[in-house]
Amino acid sequence: MSYPGMRDLKLREALIFERSREGRRGYSLPAEDLSGAESILPAELRRDELDLPEVSEVDVVRHYTRLSTYNFSLDLGFYPLGSCTMKYNPKVNEKLVRNPYFTELHPETPAKFAQGTLKIMYEMQRMLAEIGGFAACTLNPSAGAHGEYTGIGIIRSYFAKMGDTKRKKIIIPDSAHGTNPASCALNGFEVVVLESDEHGKVDLATLKSLLTDEVAGIMLTNPNTLGVFESDILEITKMVHEAGGLVYGDGANMNALLGVARPGDMGIDVLHYNLHKTFSTPHGGGGPGAGPVGVCQKLVEFLPNPFVVCENGVYSFKNSGNAMGRVRSFYGNMGVTLKAFIYILEYGREHLGETAKNAVLNANYIKACLKSYYHLKYKSDTLHEVVFDDSEMPNHVTTMDIAKALIDRGYHPPTVYFPLIVHGALMIEPTESESKETLDEFIEAMIDIAEKAKSDPENILNAPLSTAISRPDETLAARKPVLKWVKK
Amino acid sequence: MRYLPITDSERKEMLEKIGVNSVEDLFSPLPKSVLLKKELNIPSSMSEPELEKMMDKLGKENCGAEMLSFLGGGCYRHFCPALVDQMISRSEFYTSYTPYQPEVSQGTLQAIFEFQTMIANLFQMDVANASMYDGATASAEAVLMAHKIQTKRHKVLIASTVNPQYLETIRTYTSFVVDKIELLEMDPATGCVAESELAKIDSDTICVLFQYPNYFGMIENLKKISALTHEAGALLIPVVTEATALGVIATPGSIDADIAVGDGQALGIPMNFGGPGVGLFTCKEKHMRKMPGRLIGETVDKNGNRCFVLTLSAREQHIKREKATSNICSNQGLMATAASIYLATMGKQGLRDVALMNLKRADYLKKKIAAETACKIAFNGCNYNEFTILAPTDACELLKALGEKGILGGIAAKKYFPELDNAVIVNTTEVHTYEELDRFVDALKEIAGGAK
Repeated sequence: MSYPGMRDLKLREALIFERSREGRRGYSLPAEDLSGAESILPAELRRDELDLPEVSEVDVVRHYTRLSTYNFSLDLGFYPLGSCTMKYNPKVNEKLVRNPYFTELHPETPAKFAQGTLKIMYEMQRMLAEIGGFAACTLNPSAGAHGEYTGIGIIRSYFAKMGDTKRKKIIIPDSAHGTNPASCALNGFEVVVLESDEHGKVDLATLKSLLTDEVAGIMLTNPNTLGVFESDILEITKMVHEAGGLVYGDGANMNALLGVARPGDMGIDVLHYNLHKTFSTPHGGGGPGAGPVGVCQKLVEFLPNPFVVCENGVYSFKNSGNAMGRVRSFYGNMGVTLKAFIYILEYGREHLGETAKNAVLNANYIKACLKSYYHLKYKSDTLHEVVFDDSEMPNHVTTMDIAKALIDRGYHPPTVYFPLIVHGALMIEPTESESKETLDEFIEAMIDIAEKAKSDPENILNAPLSTAISRPDETLAARKPVLKWVKK
Repeated sequence: MRYLPITDSERKEMLEKIGVNSVEDLFSPLPKSVLLKKELNIPSSMSEPELEKMMDKLGKENCGAEMLSFLGGGCYRHFCPALVDQMISRSEFYTSYTPYQPEVSQGTLQAIFEFQTMIANLFQMDVANASMYDGATASAEAVLMAHKIQTKRHKVLIASTVNPQYLETIRTYTSFVVDKIELLEMDPATGCVAESELAKIDSDTICVLFQYPNYFGMIENLKKISALTHEAGALLIPVVTEATALGVIATPGSIDADIAVGDGQALGIPMNFGGPGVGLFTCKEKHMRKMPGRLIGETVDKNGNRCFVLTLSAREQHIKREKATSNICSNQGLMATAASIYLATMGKQGLRDVALMNLKRADYLKKKIAAETACKIAFNGCNYNEFTILAPTDACELLKALGEKGILGGIAAKKYFPELDNAVIVNTTEVHTYEELDRFVDALKEIAGGAK
């Protein structure tokens, strides 16, 4: 057994509220007489008691340090979460963005006092457009789903300007992320589901039958969530365009193509990037991310406001009258964008394509090594990820059990039960960050699980055994929601 | 490349196992015509020392970061204890994903459960979610949620005193969903919504949305508005863009808000040119299942130990797809963690002290400007840490002259409110010393003239 497994020091930790003791302080502020200050406001505008913890600085530090040890993280080990692109988050990015000239810059600072950040924004708009094969790019969206919302909003604005009000439907393959239909619905579109064919791909005849003059476009993830590249992409985009529709690209899987091919060159009209996937910015336990959107020439005027322009070497913000509007306050998650900027420059034009090549190599290596142990519903060639399933597991061992057994062996589980078109899906995306030894150890762990499922199923069914808690009762959580701590 | 560990000989071995000759073969599903044939037009690869130099140089072009600043308007400079960044820099927090596997994510789950508790307590509301992108999108989603609750009504009322960027965002999200969006106009004497405008609240009203304190810094008296709103059967949505204000001002819960949202950037998160911050979203318990966003709930594991999980996900897009309450997934997790570490550290007394320091400075500065300079205070009423002054000349000229003295004097209101061409929105927080406030007043005196 050469996989890491788990062995750790874990201290029990109460809730921060339970550590609270009346009169304890953890802060340091200048001495100032504040007595009577509250009477600046009339009593009716003042709040009553404020229920926050009273803890010392040491309490806070111990509390969060202990909590942090309950997390599996990318810096701790292999995190093959499919579709999430858990690539290494470079330390230099973290260090350089903490420069106070960036962190202490107020968003309403006049442009002439903020040229450094504006220049980076301008360059990022340009570089991301270039990388995706687009005419322009907005940095405003704060996350992948926010990028989808924005991209579909651009499509909505385009048809509104064209006066083509009939186009109320968007086609989405059944393999798509749940955010896709939700982002369409949020923009007032009706979703038409496109069933994948036996290879897990878009079938051209099925697509043709759905393309009417009520269709605003198609939302496509390519490679799709099975890791399968839609090799008919040029025909698909041509057909949609000929029917008067637009093609939205979900850039969740852009890591498979980075520097190798460009969605814009395939006829994709709009695409959102996930800087937190493809461009190495940390996921933060669930954000902050950033979801810039690139568009083809005819959609540039509909990008949300504002954007950065450069005139005579001076950078400033501009708005467009036809823009879809504003999608948030200020200009996006700049702190995240800065990290992606540094990442792109470290790779540079010479090396950026090597990310996709190594990511695809790693995924195919895992697939080759595990395909005789785990069932593959779709036999198509895949790029950066592979989706196995539990359909041939003995002794009622399910995908959830395999996931939990991986935890005991020292790995974060893959994405499970997604895409929905594969029953009991196990979606593995290794990324380019991993070495061959890491992959080999993981493969060994997966094989061990497959064998234990036959010989010693209890070992799998009771997993995880090495974590601070065992499997939680999720039904109880939903039936009787307790969403905050209440003093007893 | 240092981030790519596979060696050439390993690559050869791996390709052999896969059964192809080259990495290029793995890309055979792509049409040949779309494979990039030339290098991308991006700069050449840079080493770590070169990156450091470049970022250092670009940083110095942001001279605004070290000027004496009175900019607010939805983003605030506050003192933040060193431990906040130290804690969120633990890579167990920042290099993990959304807590889908609760057994190995209890750190994030417990931290966010505590965040929900602290935000619910700060707002005095029943429940808070795990975060939104920012205050503007939280406001837009609050209106959409109200629209889903009030299915038979058609009109959304929004105070014209909200941050104009928030108003634009709300319009982007809702203009094609709700039939009517009407503004409640401002009383030019008070900088608050005019009393006569409240007659617009009627039985067709879905919700009434206010910024609290508003964009001009004024604290609208929501108690009366709350009663009128509820009499009409509409929902009240206060939006708190400066969360430290809740250390002292009456809470959304105390004025019987139905949904209350806001921005948590002020709670220990650097300005970062406007993002990432964290959106706050709270509501009454009865509306909980219509909330957007992630929720963390308490439960027990197989052995009866207390633990935390993502819950009520039947509202969400990965289950409900196009019928979800929103398309939002996890979003500003690490910033939510930062805000809760800030709130835990400052605690009950610390946040109150911060709020009082803000209140006191704004009061001092406001009185001193009124007494000693030719600038006037624009509106009568109460403020927290932000207020509006009227320059004797055009606001932009005043701000330009202040800029030449190394001072960012505030936001010219005319950028969004063309009729207010002399108005400047000024913010002060606990980071300012009284000497700095005096320096600002002296500069104003020099540029605009003394009091007449």
